[in-house]
Amino acid sequence: MTRRFRPAGRALAALAMTAIPLNAFAAPVSANYPDQIGKGEGDLNIVAWEGYAQDDWIKPFESETGCTVHRKYAGSSDEMVALMRSGGGGEYDLVSASGDASLRLVYGGDVQPIDVDLIPEWKDFIDELKSPPHNTLNDFHYGISYEWGPNVLLWNADKIDTAPESWQAIYDEKYKGKITVPDNPIQIADAAVYLMSTKPDLGIKDPYELTQEQLSAAADLLKKQRPLIKKYWALASDEIELFKNGDAVIGAAWPYTTNALQADKVNVKDTIPKEGATGWADSWMLSAKSKHVNCAYKFMRYVSTPKVQAQQAIYFGETPANKKACDPMNAIEAGACEKYHLNAPASYFKQIHFWRTPLPQCADGSKKCTSYSDWQRAWQQVKG
Amino acid sequence: MTTAEWPATRTGGGGLRRLSALLWRRPFAALSALVVPPLAWFLLIYIAALAVLFVAAFWSVDPFTGEVVRDFTFQNFQDVATLPTYRHIVYRTVLIAAAVTVTDAILAFPVAYFMARIAGPRLRLVLTTLVVLPLWSSYLARVYAWRLILAHDGALNWALSLVGLPSLAIGYSNWAMWIVFSYIWLPFMIMPVFAALERVPNSYFEASQDLGGRGLRTLRKVVLPLAMPGLVAGSIFTFSLTLGDYITPVLVGGPGSDFIGNVVYANVGVANNIPFAAAYATVPLVMMALYLWLARRIGAFEVM
Repeated sequence: MTRRFRPAGRALAALAMTAIPLNAFAAPVSANYPDQIGKGEGDLNIVAWEGYAQDDWIKPFESETGCTVHRKYAGSSDEMVALMRSGGGGEYDLVSASGDASLRLVYGGDVQPIDVDLIPEWKDFIDELKSPPHNTLNDFHYGISYEWGPNVLLWNADKIDTAPESWQAIYDEKYKGKITVPDNPIQIADAAVYLMSTKPDLGIKDPYELTQEQLSAAADLLKKQRPLIKKYWALASDEIELFKNGDAVIGAAWPYTTNALQADKVNVKDTIPKEGATGWADSWMLSAKSKHVNCAYKFMRYVSTPKVQAQQAIYFGETPANKKACDPMNAIEAGACEKYHLNAPASYFKQIHFWRTPLPQCADGSKKCTSYSDWQRAWQQVKG
Repeated sequence: MTTAEWPATRTGGGGLRRLSALLWRRPFAALSALVVPPLAWFLLIYIAALAVLFVAAFWSVDPFTGEVVRDFTFQNFQDVATLPTYRHIVYRTVLIAAAVTVTDAILAFPVAYFMARIAGPRLRLVLTTLVVLPLWSSYLARVYAWRLILAHDGALNWALSLVGLPSLAIGYSNWAMWIVFSYIWLPFMIMPVFAALERVPNSYFEASQDLGGRGLRTLRKVVLPLAMPGLVAGSIFTFSLTLGDYITPVLVGGPGSDFIGNVVYANVGVANNIPFAAAYATVPLVMMALYLWLARRIGAFEVM
């Protein structure tokens, strides 16, 4: 078995640690790969999104490997980060981090590189998710991709006849008091995506790398949107209720929301508007102080298999990373592979700007970009 | 068993007996033994937590890793004081808490008066039960119920349309928060006012009437002053409970409905900026201290 990333990687990690000025206490952890996946330790503690560790696929894993899975559900990316740092960092072995949390965990030294050679299913992942920037740093895989999906434009087709094609709809006076968007600082990136095509002179290249000026422009757009908003939704169930009760007719949503509303016989439709959309791509990440490394590797391997990826995708309403999950998806629900675009992942994928933690250092190395706490503060000012 | 115990207490002089003798001889030791455990609990759990909160308010967060930097800075307090958003949120929280307190006082007084002075013993029991009954159900369930009532296609607008009135758009707004808070904390106002009014002797009413005081004058000069301790106690509940709440704003508030608690929650949870959260959390503490000081100044504690 070749270890492609190991020899070069170590040197690179050392370089990265000197090149990136960091707090002396926290830096990306260097690789410490096991030679093989050994015998399970009997237990595995995971932090996951609700719906990410259902008995349907956890029970078979437990009986197959003898690793008892202890689940802790987190409600937000930030809770995940906090949990992975709690008790000095060794409390949990794995976390299903979204892209807006993953880099914080990497730079905080909370997670360690994963040897993808021990997870052969990784080779079947769609190319874009093998080494995405939100979980891979200098060829080190600090996370193994899991599932992904876009944030879509959702509308009530009974109230809006012509299908909107642009995000302009959620900034439109026409729908005053009938619009809902998520209550989340990362929503600023949605405004940035819209500004990328409507105000090209702002020079936004990446919605997660905003200079102070670009951040202010996005915040100004959102402040103008505020009087039009019915409610900033905090939970998917909030939004479902808003659409069901007629309080909102259009808004930013997850495909899960669309599915839930359609299952409830509400005539809603969704689309990825022409400007593109933001989205999430989750990764399983291994704690730097994990006490159950073998069980963790067994788990990561298990959830990368097509069957589990398909179960997860259908349960939550998202798209797997593993291309081979198409058939098992169709087996669970006819046409599911097409519904979640796994049959044409590349073109679908390109429309999505995946959540990433905004960092003060831009990709070009300059320090002009705004950090997540700047975003949080800007978002608070938008909401008032 | 009993036979085995006897010699032990006798020969050893009994550890317990010696201890009791010691405590009798030294009253100070007895006092400390009684006071130290609750005092330690108070100091460790309560005061220490507040102290940590206050110290953390002077720290900051590394923007890159999100870790706390333990260097002294006034930046957080400066932000709280100078950024208009955070000031507005303080005003909003205090205004709504005050509005809720006044509303509850106005609603609670007649109910409490009826319960304490007019209703017979059986009806009083029924009413007391009815007032306290909602407290047995989940806070969340009651807030969600209001959400359904105030929603666009909710019970309120349905009822309005039945009587031919235009529909209201007060779901998800500050109005909705005011209504829901007033409803939720009402029992906390009724009960103390009821307790205060119940204690007013009947002879006071008779004396007032004998001296020519009509209903309104008796109410103003006799009943209200005697109900004051109850109203103040109730207002401390309603004001502080509203001031510290962050769930109702999330559930029934609209855009621009954040409370101090929501900002604290967002900074602990979303932004992981615990120092700023700590700085902002001192605002309601100061507010409550001011409120209690004011209540003391107008002599509310003396009549309590």
